[in-house]
This record gives sequence, C-alpha cells and structure tokens, in this order.
Amino acid sequence: MGRNMHVVVCVKQVPDATNVRINPETNTLMREGVESIINPFDEYALEEALRLKDQFGARVTVISMGPPQATVVIREAMARGADDGALVSSRAFGGADTLATSYTISQAIKKVCDGKTPDLVLFGKQAIDGDTAQVGPGVSEFLDVPLVTYVKSIKMQADGSYEVESPMDDGMNVIQGKLPAVMTVLKEASTPRFAPLSGWMAAKKAEIRVLNEKDCEADPNKIGLKGSPTKVVTIFPPPTKSGGKKVDARGKASTAVEAIMKFLKEKGVA
Amino acid sequence: MADAPIFIDPKKCKGCQKCVKGCGFDALHMEGKLAVVDAGACKACFACVKACPFHAISEVKVEVIGTPDLESYKNIWVFAEQIHGTIQDVAFELLAKAKTLVKQRGEGCKLGAILLGHNLSPELPKKLIAAGADMVYKVDDPKLAEYEANVYVDACTQLIEKYKPEVILAGATAIGRAFFARVAVKVRTGLTADCTQLKVEKTKNKDTGVLQMLLHQTRPAFGGNIMATIMTPNHRPQMATVRPKVFKKDKPDSRRAGQILAEALQLIAPKTKILKSIKNADDVNIAEAEILVAGGRGLKKAENLEQLHKLAKLLGGEVAVSRACVDAGWCTASRQVGQTGKTVCPKLYLAFGISGAIQHLEGMRASDTIIAVNSDPNAPIFGVADLGIVGDLFEILPALVDAVEKVKSK
Repeated sequence: MGRNMHVVVCVKQVPDATNVRINPETNTLMREGVESIINPFDEYALEEALRLKDQFGARVTVISMGPPQATVVIREAMARGADDGALVSSRAFGGADTLATSYTISQAIKKVCDGKTPDLVLFGKQAIDGDTAQVGPGVSEFLDVPLVTYVKSIKMQADGSYEVESPMDDGMNVIQGKLPAVMTVLKEASTPRFAPLSGWMAAKKAEIRVLNEKDCEADPNKIGLKGSPTKVVTIFPPPTKSGGKKVDARGKASTAVEAIMKFLKEKGVA
Repeated sequence: MADAPIFIDPKKCKGCQKCVKGCGFDALHMEGKLAVVDAGACKACFACVKACPFHAISEVKVEVIGTPDLESYKNIWVFAEQIHGTIQDVAFELLAKAKTLVKQRGEGCKLGAILLGHNLSPELPKKLIAAGADMVYKVDDPKLAEYEANVYVDACTQLIEKYKPEVILAGATAIGRAFFARVAVKVRTGLTADCTQLKVEKTKNKDTGVLQMLLHQTRPAFGGNIMATIMTPNHRPQMATVRPKVFKKDKPDSRRAGQILAEALQLIAPKTKILKSIKNADDVNIAEAEILVAGGRGLKKAENLEQLHKLAKLLGGEVAVSRACVDAGWCTASRQVGQTGKTVCPKLYLAFGISGAIQHLEGMRASDTIIAVNSDPNAPIFGVADLGIVGDLFEILPALVDAVEKVKSK
C-alpha cells in the first residue's frame, strides 16, 4: 500500500451551534449572523488523514455534501494539506435523512475513487448540528467496507494493518485490523494543525469539483426526500418547566449560601 | 432541480410572510411579494401549509417506495446489550418502555429481545423475560464473544430478515450507536437517534392517506433548539435509539413466562480483533453518581473547577460539566452532561455557571432535585431548577464550600 494509500475524509459545514437562538415570539430558529464552521469532529478526522499523508505520502481527498457555500470547508481542508476535494451538491439532495445522505456520499466516494474502494474513509464521530453519528456507519454499509467507530489514535503500518484505540462506556478497546476501513474519529484523537499561509494561497486557486446526482450516478429514488424513510412530522419548542423557588442573591453571597444550606438540609444531604 | 415538498401557488400568495415566520427550519423567504421555498432546507413538516391563511401552500405528493409487504412486520423488539456477561441497564429501561408501546400497539403485538454473545449464562434470557420480553432471540456464537461491529450488524440483520419486527429499539451507547446505524442502512430503513419520547399511535400516513399504527419518535433537533417528532411511515422496521437513563426500568417479575429461541446463524468472520480491553480506573461514570456538582462556561477558567471538586468531595458526589467546559479543554468528555455527553438523573444536581442550553437540559432534567446558581436571571436553567439562585458564583461557591465543610466537620 504505502505511497499509493488513498484516504477520503468526509467533512460537513455546520452552523456554530453555540450561537443558535430561538425567537421567543415565533419559536423559530434565528440563524441570522450565525457563522458556519467546519464540523469540529471532522477536523480531527482530517488531522488523522494528514498524518497518514506525512507518514506514507497518502493522497487525501476531502468530500463535503451541502450547498454551494460549503466549498469553504473544502478549501479550508485543502489549505491544511488535503490534495483534492469535491463538493456533493444539488437541490435534488435536499431533505435527505441519514439513509439518503449515506447513499449519496457513498456514490460520491465511488466517483472520486474511479469506482475503486478507497483504502480508508474517515468521518468525525458525529456532526454537531444533527448529532446522529449515523452517516459514517451508513456509508460503510453502502461501500461494503468494515466499520470501526469512535477511534482515538490510528497507528498505521505501510502494509495497511492498523491498531486503533476505541473508548467504550466503561473503558477502552485496542482494536487491530487491516484496510480497507471506514472509521469515525473522536475529538481526543489529536490536535488539528493550522493551515499555513501558502496553503491558503494554493487552496484559494484550487479547482473544486462539484458532483450532482448525475455525476454520482445516483438512483433518483434513493436521494433527497424521496430516498428518506424518516419524516419530520411535527416540530415544537422544547418543553419548559416553570421552575421552583428563585432567590435573588446578587451581591449577597450569604443569602445564597443560607438558601442552599437550608435546601440541602431538607433533602438530607448536608 | 428537485421538487420541494411543498408547492406555493403564486396566484394565491398575498405576501403576508406568515409561512416564513412559521417555518422552523428557515426554509422559506420572500422574493418580492412572493414566498419562495428552499428545497434543500425544507424538512417537509408542512407547518407552513397550516400557517398560510390563504391556502396558497400545498403538499407535493411524492411517489412512495417503501419496504414491500409492510403488514408482514410484527412485534416490537429491544436490543439487549450485553458486555462481559452483564446485560446493560439501558436494555431493561427500554424493555420497560417497550411494554407500554406493545400495549399501545395492541392487536396481539409481542415484545422480543435480541441477546448476542458467547457462552451466555442461562440466567440472562430469564432476566429479560422477567423484565417483560415474550421472546428472547439468543445467538450464542464464538464470533460474538467480544463486540465486533461488523459481526453484530450481520447477526442483527439476519434476525430482522427472518422474523420481521415492526419496531426495534437499542440503547444509544458506544455499542448501540455504532452498529445499529449500519443495520438500519443494511435493511434500508430509517433510524432516529437519541429519542427522548416514544409512543405508538394511530396516525394518517401523509403519503398514502392510510391510517397506520406508527412509532412517534421525538428527539431534540437542530442542535437541540427545537423538538422534532419523526416517523418512519413506509419502511420497516421502525428503528430508534434511546440514551441510558432516559426511561426508568421496572421491577422484574420472575413469574413471567416467555420463550427462549436459540438461533444458530451462519455469521461472517470478524473484520477486526480486540487486542485488549482496558478498564479505565479513574474514569468516573457520572451517570451512576447520586450527587453531581456541575459547572459550565460561567466558571471562566479550568482552575475554577477545583472548587467544584472540593464541594463534590464534601457532599460525596462527582463533578460534571457542560459541553462548553469540554470544548474549552478544561475537562475530559467523560464528565460531560447533555445531548452529546451523558444523560444523568442523580438525586441532587447542583449547576454552577450553566446557562442551560436545551442540549444540556436534555441530559439532566430527570434529576430528582436541581439547584442552579447563575448570574443571569433569565438563564433557562432556572426553568428546571427547584432552587434557583441569581448571583455571582465566584462569591457563592467558596462561601458554600466553607459552610458545608463546617456542617460536615461537626
């Protein structure tokens, strides 16, 4: 494998969720002025890929599915060192759930790999806007490639055998396998590198392929809303609880401590 | 260009913008005096259809290509996660919930449990039956001795194809979240992650107009800013994951009768090998703590977590944090409460400097009692707190540590 290793990294552009607010009058999302960022978990997936490039000269391809403005995250990934990138974009993909999205991305991966199976496909653990963690495993099924989830550090050999750490609920497993694989990468994996200025300059000029449903040779029945088994039936604001006793203790720490201690005593805690 | 799920009749649209305001997904905007839908953003919730006073918006019917022979899918299943011979609590929590769903479903619906492993103790299926399972599908195979995603996918898929369950639930654990998503894709159905509410109800299928008993899967969506109820009307099984501690388990009934089906499956070879399993000793499981002292962005820096540790130690509890602390690198993710962290329900939850984003509230609102300290009187955390203190945590926290120390030293 070695120098011919091909790694595909899937990244998503997401709204900076910490800034999303609800309009209390209309109960709708206020997205004006909310910045779009590269999904934080995907940065770690990219970093793992770039390390394989440092180590083995692997080719790193970045794929993102989203609206035209998502090319920004592809350019950012290329500025950091990815070799090429493709945007998977078409209005026909709109309304896709995780099944339709997994199918669409797997078709795009087949396209950028000229029908060959890539050696390694990396995803972030999950996207911070949907939090489903489903598309990575879904793509592994469509590509028919072994799946390894929640990966912390990838130790790769030139022949494609690897060792990874994967935290479980009560500890951690050290897992051994051999490429090809689809892996989802955790945040603790490593520290993502910064893009050098020269990288930005090159990425700015780089041509980024846009793949639509025809380019991906996607079955129109398997994409977008039509290819999505799950339907959002209703949306409603999160339930609010009226709350209990409230004490204003601004500038009066002793009042606060008194109230808390009384409460703890009632509950038999202190 | 793909068609949007809705059609806006330009002759009827008066430009009142009610649909734009009524859309929870920001999918409608005005172009001049006409409402226009962004097909990519539209989630087909059809809130706008109801919002339009002029009946200018209608649903576009899509041709339905679902699972063939929908009616042949019967019964509700729970994936009973087993690690090193122990069935995880979340499986019992799901069985308790599934018992209610089975009742709601009616028509002879039964409750099944999937148990995968090797050299499984005969006690395990009995525990599942005592917890409500009518059938336990047990696959005992050396290839299932350790969790391996790809073999788990194979075993689960084979059982689904053989027995055709209508609904399957799994815990949203490190294991459940990982392999279940691939199972859903393999059988070409939908999966809703991290549901916080589930019910089965007679519902009109929007695509076909047929009345069906469907699983209503409710979860926080869009970064938790809104709740969404999701259904899988035309595909089977209807699949969902639920986090630990979201539902409460029932008392076991050892007199219950049930059927144990030992399934001999031809499984694929494992694709990866576990070299070693390390149990992390200092890694606390905050989900098991009875008292949690939690901190958020309001702590301002990592050093201030020390005070929380002091208080937690005095009270015999553990320290938990919000996502902001983990993102800032003050604390490891193992202590994080919320949608992307753990769901907890301790007897007492003390929140310092946590504003209470819905993602966080989803992870702790089930706590028996909640005390919150925050400088912002409008912080959403006060909405769930039994005792809310508006004030400066940097003044209150050290004074509280002293006060508790005094009481405890008596």
